[in-house]
Amino acid sequence: MGAGHGHRLHYHGHSRLHRAPAHLKLVALVGFMLVVVATPRELYPVFGGYALLLVAVIASTGVPFGYIGKRMVVEVPFVLFAVLMPFVATGPRTEVLGLSLSEPGLLAAWGLLAKATIGVAASLTLAATTEPLDLLRGLQRLRVPDLIVQIMAFMVRYLDVVTAEMGRMLTGMRSRGCDPRSPRHWPLLARSVGALFIRSYERGERVHLAMLSRGYDGTFRL
Amino acid sequence: MHVPDGFLDAPTSLATGAVAVAGVAIALRGARRELDDRTAPIAGLVATFVFAGQMVNFPVAGGTSGHLLGGALAAVLAGPFTAVLCLSVVLLVQALLMADGGITALGTNVTLLALVAVVVGWLGFRAAQTVLPKRLASVPPAAAFGALVSVPAAAVAFTGLYALGGTAPIPLDTLLTAMLGWHTLIGIGETVITGFVVGGVVAVRPDLVYGARRVLATRELEIRTPQDPAGATS
Repeated sequence: MGAGHGHRLHYHGHSRLHRAPAHLKLVALVGFMLVVVATPRELYPVFGGYALLLVAVIASTGVPFGYIGKRMVVEVPFVLFAVLMPFVATGPRTEVLGLSLSEPGLLAAWGLLAKATIGVAASLTLAATTEPLDLLRGLQRLRVPDLIVQIMAFMVRYLDVVTAEMGRMLTGMRSRGCDPRSPRHWPLLARSVGALFIRSYERGERVHLAMLSRGYDGTFRL
Repeated sequence: MHVPDGFLDAPTSLATGAVAVAGVAIALRGARRELDDRTAPIAGLVATFVFAGQMVNFPVAGGTSGHLLGGALAAVLAGPFTAVLCLSVVLLVQALLMADGGITALGTNVTLLALVAVVVGWLGFRAAQTVLPKRLASVPPAAAFGALVSVPAAAVAFTGLYALGGTAPIPLDTLLTAMLGWHTLIGIGETVITGFVVGGVVAVRPDLVYGARRVLATRELEIRTPQDPAGATS
C-alpha cells in the first residue's frame, strides 16, 4: 500500500484547527449542530450567520473549498428528498413558475437543505482537519466506552484493506464477464461477499492472536 | 441512506440519542458473552466487512439503486449483540469521517439501522428457524426472512419518529406508503443477497455462522472406523 496513511477525507495541514485537541473539536461540532438544528427555520439571517461562521472556519484551516465541496455529494439523496417536499406536503398552496407548491413544504425544504448542508460541511471540516487516530483519542477522552473505541480503531485501520479486497474481487468478477449489479449475478456476488466475510473474520482471529502474543490485556493505548 | 441533521427536530434527536445509548450499552454487555476477549478485533473486522458490504449496490426501480443495510446479515453471521455494536460503529465512522448521516441524527440512525433493523432481523430469523426444519440447510432461508422483515421495520420506525418530530407537514399515510413501498423493494434485494451470502458461508465455514450454532450443536460426532480389510494382518 503506497498510498498515504491518513483517511481519504483528511487534509494535511498545520492550522490552529488542525492542532486543536480532537475532543474539543468533537464537542464543538455536536454543540454547534444542536444549536443549528434547534434554530427555527424562519430565522433566515441566523442561518446566513452560521454559514459565514463555517466559511470563516474552513478558510482559516487552509483546506481548499473545492476539497470540501467535492465531498458534499453525500448530501445529494436528501437534496432530492427536499425538492420533493413542496409537492407532497399539505397546507396552503402557492404558485411558483406555474407549479402549485405547498407553502409549509417549501419552508420545510428550505429548513432541511439549510440544516443538512451546514451539518455536512461542519462534519467534513472536522474530518478534514483531524487524523483518525486523534479522533479516536478524542472519543476516548470523552469517555466513549473503551470497546467502542477499540472496534472503531480496528475499523479505521482495516477499512482500506477490506474495501480494497472487495474491490479486487469485484474487478476479478467483472474481468470474467460478470456484472455485479445485475440481479442475474446476485448468487455470484453473494458468494464473493460471503468469502469476504470469512476472510474478514479470520483476519480478526489472526489479529487477536497477534495481539495476545504482544501482551494484549483488553485495554488499548492509542 | 442515513438521516441528516435537521430532518427531525432537536427533542426527537436527543430522545433517539438516549435510546441509542441504552441499546448500545446492552449490546456491549451482550457482545462480551458472544465473543469474550476477542470482541474488539473480531467486531472491528466484522464492522469493516459490513461497511464494505454496504458498497454493494443493486438496482431498485426507475434507474435508482439501493444498497445493502446488513442488519440481519450481521446478526445471523456474528450474533445480535455484536451486530448492534458493528452497525453502530459503522454509523459512527460514517458520520464522523464521511459526513454520511448527521452528527445530531447519529442517535436516530443508530436506533433505526442498528437497533431496529438488527433486533427485528434477528427475531425474524429466530421465528423462521423455529418453523423450518432444524437443519443446516434452513439457516439461509431463515436469514433471508429476517432480512425481509428488517428493512420495512426500519422504514416503519422511521415513519413513527417522523410523526413525533418531523419538520414538514407531510400526510403520514402518504409517507408510510412511500417508505414502505420503497423499502419493500430494497428489502427484496436485501433478502436475496442476505440469503445467498449466509448460504455461501454456511457451505464453507458453518462454524463461523452464529445463527447456525444451535443447529450444529445438535449434530453428533460420528466416528466411522474402516472395516478390517480381509487378509490384513494385525
